[in-house]
Amino acid sequence: MSAINPPVSLGAPVHEPQAPGDNYLTHSRGILSWLFTLDHKRIGIMYMVGVLTAFFIGGVFAMLLRTELLTPGPTFNSDKTQAWNFYNHVFTLHGAVMVFLFIIPAIPAILGNFILPMQLGAKDVAFPRLNLGSLWCWIGGAIFFGYVLLGGILNASLGWHLPGGYGLDTGWTFYTPYSSQQASDGTIAALLGVFILGFSSILTGVNFIASIHMLRPKGMTWFRMPLFLWALYATSVIQILATPVLAITGLLLLAERLLHIGIFDSKFGGDPVLFQHFFWFYSHPAVYIMILPAMGVISEVISTHSRKHVFGYNFIAYSSIAIALLSFLVWGHHMFVSGQSPISNVIFSLLTFSVAVPSAIKVFNWVSTMYKGDIRFTPAMVAAMCFLVLFTFGGLTGLFLGSIANDIHVTGTYFIVAHFHYVMVGSVLFAFLAGLYHWWPKMFGRMVNVAWGNVGMILLLIGFNVTFFPQFIMGAKGMPRRYATYPVEFTGFHQVSTYGAYLMAIGLFTIAFNLLHALLKGVKAPANPWGSNTLEWHSPSPPPHDNFPVEPVAGDPYDMKAWTWDEPTKQWVLDEERAKTVAGTEPTKHHH
Amino acid sequence: MSELVSRQQAAVAAQGDTNSPLRDHHVHPPHLAHHFESPAQQYDSAKIGMWVFLATELLMFGGLFCAYSVYRHNHPEVFEYAHHYLDKFWGAFNTVVLITSSLTMAWGVRMAQMGAKRGLIVCLVLTLLGGVGFMIVKSIEYSHKYHEHVWIGAGNKYSKAYNGPRNEEGPLSAQHSETNALTDKEREHTATLNQMAKPVATTEPVGQPWRDPNMGTPDEAKIKPMQVIPAGLSEAARQQQIKAVDEHKHSIKYEDLPQIEKDRVATFFNIYFMMTGLHGIHVLVGMGLITWVLIRATKNEFGPTYFTPVDLVGLYWHLVDLIWIFLFPLLYLIH
Repeated sequence: MSAINPPVSLGAPVHEPQAPGDNYLTHSRGILSWLFTLDHKRIGIMYMVGVLTAFFIGGVFAMLLRTELLTPGPTFNSDKTQAWNFYNHVFTLHGAVMVFLFIIPAIPAILGNFILPMQLGAKDVAFPRLNLGSLWCWIGGAIFFGYVLLGGILNASLGWHLPGGYGLDTGWTFYTPYSSQQASDGTIAALLGVFILGFSSILTGVNFIASIHMLRPKGMTWFRMPLFLWALYATSVIQILATPVLAITGLLLLAERLLHIGIFDSKFGGDPVLFQHFFWFYSHPAVYIMILPAMGVISEVISTHSRKHVFGYNFIAYSSIAIALLSFLVWGHHMFVSGQSPISNVIFSLLTFSVAVPSAIKVFNWVSTMYKGDIRFTPAMVAAMCFLVLFTFGGLTGLFLGSIANDIHVTGTYFIVAHFHYVMVGSVLFAFLAGLYHWWPKMFGRMVNVAWGNVGMILLLIGFNVTFFPQFIMGAKGMPRRYATYPVEFTGFHQVSTYGAYLMAIGLFTIAFNLLHALLKGVKAPANPWGSNTLEWHSPSPPPHDNFPVEPVAGDPYDMKAWTWDEPTKQWVLDEERAKTVAGTEPTKHHH
Repeated sequence: MSELVSRQQAAVAAQGDTNSPLRDHHVHPPHLAHHFESPAQQYDSAKIGMWVFLATELLMFGGLFCAYSVYRHNHPEVFEYAHHYLDKFWGAFNTVVLITSSLTMAWGVRMAQMGAKRGLIVCLVLTLLGGVGFMIVKSIEYSHKYHEHVWIGAGNKYSKAYNGPRNEEGPLSAQHSETNALTDKEREHTATLNQMAKPVATTEPVGQPWRDPNMGTPDEAKIKPMQVIPAGLSEAARQQQIKAVDEHKHSIKYEDLPQIEKDRVATFFNIYFMMTGLHGIHVLVGMGLITWVLIRATKNEFGPTYFTPVDLVGLYWHLVDLIWIFLFPLLYLIH
C-alpha cells in the first residue's frame, strides 16, 4: 500500500479566496461553525477544551482523595462508613476520568489532530468526517461519565438514586466479581461511557494511519517523517488493535452485570481471571497509547530547543514500533498474583524487561541530542527535561515491578501507585505540557511568558516528587493502595504526599494562567518562533483555514541549519536554497 | 486492488475527453474532497481506512472467540451436551444464504465498476434479501430457544440466575449446593427448586471409559475424561468398544455431567447468544449500509470513476460473512 502519484492531475481544487489575516480561528463564526467543523485544527481545539475540563475534574478528585488521606481517620465525614464509601468513589472517579477522558486522548486527540496534518503538509486528515465523529464519540462518552458524577452528587446531597448512575466505586479496573455484583450501579453508565470513548479512540487511530500512509507530501519518505508522526503511527496501531478488545470486554461485563451470563462472574460459572486477561490485554497497551505520543513530543521539543539534529533518528523511529509491538505481549505482568501459571509469569516477566530496551534507546538518544546542543530554556524544553528525569524513575521502577519476586512483595501497594504516576503524570503530563508550550504559538499565534512558564513547571516538578516519591517508600513498607485509612506510622508519609499534591495544584494553576495570559495578552507569534524545520512551522501562526498558503517542501525535519536567526527582524528565516537541496536528496547522514 | 486503482486512473484520464460527464464539473470530479490530490489517492485512503477498521472488528470478535476457546477447552462435555440444542439445519441454511449474499455483493461491486446501474441494483437487492433471510432464520432459532428456556442470562433454565417458569424438565440449576453467597430469598428459591428437580441417578454403570475417575474430587474439572480402550482386545472387539464410547459420548446426558460442569451449561448458551447476537447486530448494520448504497445507486451516483462506497460496504459485508463462517462450525458442529 504505497502512496501513488496519479498520471493525470485534475487541476488545483478550488480555494475560497482568503482575506489577509484570515486564519482558522476567524475563518467562520458562531458556535455551530465549531461544533460541526471538519477542520482538524478546530477539532483539536475542541478536544482540548473537553479534555482539559476532564483533567480539571480528575484533578479535583485527586485533591479530595489526598485530603481524605491527611489523617488516618475520616476527614470529610465523621461517620466512618460514609467517609470510606465517599473515598472509594473519589479514587475510582479520579482514576477513570484521568485515564479514559484525559490521558488517552490528551496528546493524540489534541496535539495529534492539530499537528499531524500540518506536519504532513496536508490540508486535513484523511477522513475529516470521521474525525468529527471521533470528537462526538468523546463527548458522548463524557456525558455518561457526567451522569455517573451527577448521580454520585445527587445521592450524596439529596439521597436520590439515578437509575444506572449512582457513583462508581470499582476502581478504574472494573474487576469482577465486585463490578458484576455489589459495586454501585454507576458501573453500568461508566462501562457504556468507556465503550463509546473506545470508538473515539479507534476513529482517531484509523484516521491517523490512513493519513500517514496516504497524505505524505512529495519528498517525505517514511524515514524523513517527523518523529512525532512515527510516534502517532505506533500509537494508532495500538489504538486499532487493543481498543476493540476493551470494547468487547466492556460489553461482556455489562451483560454479566445486567443478565448474569456467567463468563466473568464466578457465581454464575464464570472466570474472574479471564476478565483480568481481557482487561489488561487492552489496558497494558493503553499505557503505551499514553506514553508513545508523549515520546514523540519529546523528540520534537528536545531537538528543536537544543537547536540540534535529533540523534539516532532511525533508532527512535524503530523503537516506537518496537514498543508498540511489545506492548501486546506483556499484559500478564499485571497478574503475577492472579494465579496464572508460574511459566506464564516467567515469560511475561522476561518480555516486560525487554520493553526497557527500546525505551532506554529513546532516552539515550534524547540525551545525546542535547549533548553539545544550544539549549534554550523555554517552558517546553524545561518540561521535556523534567520528563527525562521522571520517565527514568518511572521506567526503572517498572523493572522492579517486572521482576516477579519483587512484584509479589509490592503488589497492590503504593509502590505501584508511585510507579505508574511517575509514568502517567511525570512522563505523559509533562510531555503534554511540553507539547502545549511548544505548539501554543502555532495554535493561537501568541507567545508565552517564558519566566512564568518555567516557574510553573518547576513548582509542578517539585510538587510531583514531593507527592509521589514518599509513595515508593510507603509502598515498600507495605501501605496498600485504595485504602481510606492506614496505621498511624504512615501518617507522616501521607501528609507529605498530600502537601505535595497541593503544590502540584499550585504549579498547574500557574501554568494554566500562564497559557491563558498568552492567549489574551501574549506577544504576537511569528510563523516559526523556535526555528524548527517540521512543516507546521512553514505556515503562518495561527495557520489559515487550508493550512498552507504556499505548499511546503518537505526536507529533513531536523535540519536546524535550514533556518537562520535574523537579528534585525528578530525572526527565524528559511534558507530557501538549503531547503531545496536537502529536500531533493535522501536523508542526510549526520556525524556527531 | 492495484488493478482497481489503475482502472480508476484510466477512467480519470478518460475525462480529458470532451464528452466525459466529468467535464461538467469544471475543476475537479464531484466526489473528490478538497484535501486529496486525485480520486485515486482518495480511493486508496478510503480503502486503507476500511481495512484498518475491519482489523478492529476482527479483534472485537477475537475477544469472544477467545472466551469461547477458554470455555470449550476447560469444559468440552458442556459444549458437547449443550450444542444439541442448536439446529444444524438452520445453521447450514444460513451459511449458504450468507455466502450467496457475499457472491451477489461482490458481483455488485463489479457492476458498479462497469457502470451497470441496473445490474448493481439487482445485486444489491439480492444481497439485502440475503441479509433479511438470515435474520428471519436467526429469529426463528432465537424464539425457539426462548420458548425452550435456554435463553440468555436469567432466561436460561441451566443458569443459577434462572427466573423463568419451572416445569418438570425445569430448573436444572436446582442441584447446586448452597453457598454463603446466597441471600435468604435465593436460598428459599433453591430449596423449592431442589424439591422439584429430577433426582440425579446415583447408581451408574461402572467402568464406562468416559466417566471422570475424579468425579467428586476438587480435580474433577481439571482432568479430562479418559477414553482409553483396554489393551489386548481383538481388532473387532476394539472397534466395537470405540463405537460404544463414541455413541455414548454423542448422547451425553445432563445427568452424566459432573456437578462442576452442570454449573457451566448456561455459559455455552451465553457465549452462543453473545457471539451470534453481536454478529446479528453487524448483519443489521450491513443491511442498513446496503440500503444506503442502494438508494445512491438508484440515483445513478456510481460508475467507473466512483464506486468507493459500494466497494467498502462490500468489504464490510464479506467480513460479516466470514465471521459467520467461523461461528457456524464452532457452535453448531461440535464433536
